[in-house]
Amino acid sequence: MATSAKSQKRSQQFWTNFILIIISIIWLVPILGILITSFRPSQEVFTSGWWTILPHKENIEVDRISIADSVDVDGPITIEGITATFDEWRTGIELDDGRFIQWYGNKRNRELVVYDEQWVGFNTDLTLKNYSDVIGGKTITYKDGQGNTITRYGNNLGGAFLNSLAVSIPGTIIPILIAAFAAFGFAWLNFPGRNILFTIIVALLVVPLQIALVPILQDYVRMGLNGTFLGIWLAHAGFGLPLATYLLFNYISTIPREILESAYIDGASNFTIFTRLILPLSVPALASFAIFQFLWLWNDYLVALVFLGEKNKTVTIAVAELVGEKGQDWQLMTSAAFVSMILPLVVFLSLQRYFVRGLMAGSVKG
Amino acid sequence: MASVTYDHVWKKFGDFVALNDVNLDIEDREFLVLVGPSGCGKTTALRCLAGLEDITDGEVRIGDQVVNDVAPKDRDIAMVFQSYALYPHMTVYDNMAFGLKLRKLPKEEIQKRVEDAAEILGIGQLLQRKPRELSGGQRQRVALGRAIVREPKVFLFDEPLSNLDAKLRVQTRAQISKLHQRLNTTFIYVTHDQTEAMTMATRIAVINKGILQQVDTPQQLYDYPDNMFVAGFIGSPSMNFFNGKFTKEGDEMIVDLGSFKVKVPENRKELYERLVGQEIIFGIRPEDIHNPEYAPPSIIAEEVEVDVDVTELMGNEIFLYLVSGDHNFVARVDPRTRVEMGDKITVTFNMDNMHIFDPVADPDNPVAIR
Repeated sequence: MATSAKSQKRSQQFWTNFILIIISIIWLVPILGILITSFRPSQEVFTSGWWTILPHKENIEVDRISIADSVDVDGPITIEGITATFDEWRTGIELDDGRFIQWYGNKRNRELVVYDEQWVGFNTDLTLKNYSDVIGGKTITYKDGQGNTITRYGNNLGGAFLNSLAVSIPGTIIPILIAAFAAFGFAWLNFPGRNILFTIIVALLVVPLQIALVPILQDYVRMGLNGTFLGIWLAHAGFGLPLATYLLFNYISTIPREILESAYIDGASNFTIFTRLILPLSVPALASFAIFQFLWLWNDYLVALVFLGEKNKTVTIAVAELVGEKGQDWQLMTSAAFVSMILPLVVFLSLQRYFVRGLMAGSVKG
Repeated sequence: MASVTYDHVWKKFGDFVALNDVNLDIEDREFLVLVGPSGCGKTTALRCLAGLEDITDGEVRIGDQVVNDVAPKDRDIAMVFQSYALYPHMTVYDNMAFGLKLRKLPKEEIQKRVEDAAEILGIGQLLQRKPRELSGGQRQRVALGRAIVREPKVFLFDEPLSNLDAKLRVQTRAQISKLHQRLNTTFIYVTHDQTEAMTMATRIAVINKGILQQVDTPQQLYDYPDNMFVAGFIGSPSMNFFNGKFTKEGDEMIVDLGSFKVKVPENRKELYERLVGQEIIFGIRPEDIHNPEYAPPSIIAEEVEVDVDVTELMGNEIFLYLVSGDHNFVARVDPRTRVEMGDKITVTFNMDNMHIFDPVADPDNPVAIR
């Protein structure tokens, strides 16, 4: 019995790992492709796929054979002991020794190329030029697949990056601060109308922000707030508050009552209790909501487009424009994608400890 | 240092009455233990004194000051909670210094007080640790230390030992008693454990269903309970109760308990004269039922025939679960007693220590006649 339970456990583990590995591969391969493409010179991006930088077998041109003028190219042609028609040569013929011969160009060229399949090692021809191209705002030049130089205006992702920071950081801090105060009040202070107010706030969770956009925009226009950072901070604070208050309330209300009572007896005011006890004890919940809110603001397109528009483009808007203007320039799109991804990645990886714990914190105590 | 007074204190939670007209005077430097079954209102009484609950009616005074509307921090009290309630993100030192810092004491003074308290409690080497790195007993001592450094007028303890294991509980019990002698301050201590109450208190207040039942020294409470609830609550195993009635047979006054009868001692006859013919409840503690062979010589003994149902050997004593008619009761007899289950034996009641309760006046909680 013992061994069968053990082997059953092992096979369960195997399948779990197997499925996880498959999922990871499905996720990672495209990201790897984007990452590699973003570092390749533009000309190579246009002519070959990203995987060609890995070691692989490839037909390398080893020789060229010219056809003498005396040979009639309309009839059968004999090369290296093989006789075939022009059409067959144009398709290419593989020799017994592995070499592959193909007609180059049209009939009048009278030339054939001999390829040999050989191993090609890592292609280390990588460049940071794509990044400087997308980040910069001035005129940029790059080569297309045929080696022609193309000149375009840059999309100034660097400026957009700063704009995104200017939206996301205050847009995260403001609602968290307000919500933490509110959650403490709802969880621990007695005041008339507490339950009704809290119910209203939770009920606001069901209001989709899309229906609020236009009325708010109209008010912003009247108040001269549209296109300003203050406007979008207020908007994000407002849209974020119900969820933030609710999540933090759930966490803060699990703090044992005795700790707060002990502090009251020790002489702490409500404000002292909030700053000295509630805030430090709520760090996991605060961090998890901060990650949520930051990622949502960073990736937000709609709200930024409506309230900031063209004046202060965020990364999402800049990338969207890039896709419109330079949709065929993969080396630019991939590096732009990575510019927009890098900060969320850093934030998530450095705070994921809080992320997982904070998600658990609301539901299961401990 | 201060006395504490509950003056007709009422506390209601909606329709539920948690404190029902409680009157209690606690003297300066007293160690008063509030004891009662869970949900009886003892913790509520303490929380009302601490200011964590508002009282519905009446007055609570600390010293001469009415504190009904005084904030907890201005009542000059310190409270130790059952769950320790340490601040988890602060070191032991900061936990103890927190209240002093909020009161803006000078740094040197804070340090001196914390170190003194730590030395008294033997936690000097733990000052830089966080609460999660401490054992339960150490946490409890930190909680005590946090109260001590404040040098309050009144210490409040809310079941501080119930999260400790049995051995540690006995140790800490002694430590708290010593602390009381050393600090010479008013201690108010809530517990449901009557052993803690008996061992530590200078006086015990027994509460049931929000009503103060009796306040007295531990020995008085044990010897002369005011009513059946106190009689049953204090003492372990608890007192045996028998329904019966008083009758007269010639000159003798008899307690007729159905399956057996016992004579009332000479010196008590007068006391019970008026109850002759009435239903009463007869109470006797397990330790007042003896094996005749080992009974102390000077007691007024009454012999009773009983069947042994179960025997429990405790080492230093034997608990006998006895049956007589429809009465089931417990005796605590000398360990040399040799009886088996199902034996018919004779036991002697020590009639000096009998208790009589009058169920007619108050059927819910019969009053003791003495």
